[in-house]
Amino acid sequence: MTITVVLPAHLRTLARVGGDIAIDVAVPVTPRAVIDAIESRYPMLAGTIRDHATQARRPLVRFYACERDLSHEPLDAPLPDAVADGREPFLIVGAMAGG
Amino acid sequence: MSRVRVLVGTRKGAFTLTADGARRNWTVSGPYFGGWEIFHLKASPVDPDRIYASQTSGWFGQIIQRSDDGGQTWTPVGNKFVYDGETGTHTWYDGTPHPWEFKRVWHLEPSLVDRDTVYAGVEDAALFRSTDAGATWHERPALRTHRTGPSWQPGAGGLGLHTILLDPTRDGRIYGAISAAGVFRTDDGGESWQVMNRGLKSNGIPNPDAEAGHCVHRIAMHRSRPEVLFMQKHWDVMRSDNAGESWEEISGDLPSDFGFPIDVHAHEPETIYVVPIKSDSEHYPPDGKLRVYRSRSGGHDWEPLTVGLPQENCYVNVLRDAMAVDTLDSCGVYFGTTGGQVYGSVDAGDHWAPIVRDLPPVLSVEVQTLAS
Repeated sequence: MTITVVLPAHLRTLARVGGDIAIDVAVPVTPRAVIDAIESRYPMLAGTIRDHATQARRPLVRFYACERDLSHEPLDAPLPDAVADGREPFLIVGAMAGG
Repeated sequence: MSRVRVLVGTRKGAFTLTADGARRNWTVSGPYFGGWEIFHLKASPVDPDRIYASQTSGWFGQIIQRSDDGGQTWTPVGNKFVYDGETGTHTWYDGTPHPWEFKRVWHLEPSLVDRDTVYAGVEDAALFRSTDAGATWHERPALRTHRTGPSWQPGAGGLGLHTILLDPTRDGRIYGAISAAGVFRTDDGGESWQVMNRGLKSNGIPNPDAEAGHCVHRIAMHRSRPEVLFMQKHWDVMRSDNAGESWEEISGDLPSDFGFPIDVHAHEPETIYVVPIKSDSEHYPPDGKLRVYRSRSGGHDWEPLTVGLPQENCYVNVLRDAMAVDTLDSCGVYFGTTGGQVYGSVDAGDHWAPIVRDLPPVLSVEVQTLAS
């Protein structure tokens, strides 16, 4: 499936992409499958979304879609159909932090 | 005519400062990697156009960047720092065992003989090495798994391997300094390590002369005499004349013997520099006066170097990796502050001038002396 991913600005710079990315993801479309596809196509992003050693989502990275916070869903839980069929983007967000 | 390139890592990006050998007119370039913490940049002594940079973020983790054209363009290379084997535990702030967790690269030390080999000192404290120009990293685990490792406790800034010194005359001899564990030395390229803390006394730990647990802030050597080491400890300035086997205090008449950086003159092995800081809770210079102190006798006797530095209302800090020297005939000395200034002296510290004043807080300063 081809889905749309919105990366945070720093990761767009690192990957040298100007905007949203369209990426082919294996079915079922899950957060893990999306990250696998991103890291395969943009190797410089490996380790920036999830930890190399634990494979866990980085604490200050959030996953949003369809106006929902999916950050705490299991990495192997299917994403909403609207993301899987490309109607809605999957947002990878650098958490607001600071003061 | 020679040129000088100063590599500056800051809280919000990297900068390069370049000048000809006169070092009067500077060009400031950057920020590179804006918004990211650049803990350290360092060039290969074998290939001055090869520069490695540690780029890190609380959000997105660790990136290593490499330039092969003197910092004009950069490529992200490998960032997979995974401890080798069982991670084990060190001691947490509350005294309980805590598993080793990779956080960031504090220091990059390129090989003296191979442009593709570079060492990385990381938090939680361990030594990694790449032999393919940063593409892949492999831990040298004997340091982390040293028998004293379970007792190592992080300093306020973390449990970091912050200093890596490569002995230019003895293949395989490497010094590493860890906050807050102390100095370690290997003579076999990292296969085994010895504790090198004899003579250190730290009143802030339960046993002041413990084998390990000392908060060493930085060590330095002159490449012509690698058996002589100088140390800025949390408190105390120290020296060793026997490759770290024992240390003696040389704080002498310093106004404070707390501080972070220490460095050695490029041509005078007994001339050393420190920046006294008032205390471990007041991270600013005594009396609001930014003074570099120089000893021309290898310690004990120190002179303040103040010309061109602010002598009132100055409350910045100078971090451990934020001082360096060039190798021109008249040795240049450089340091960066947490206030974003980078100061330079073209006459070994007698006179100073700001090269740039308003960068983000400076984390590291390295200098390259280049042929034109």
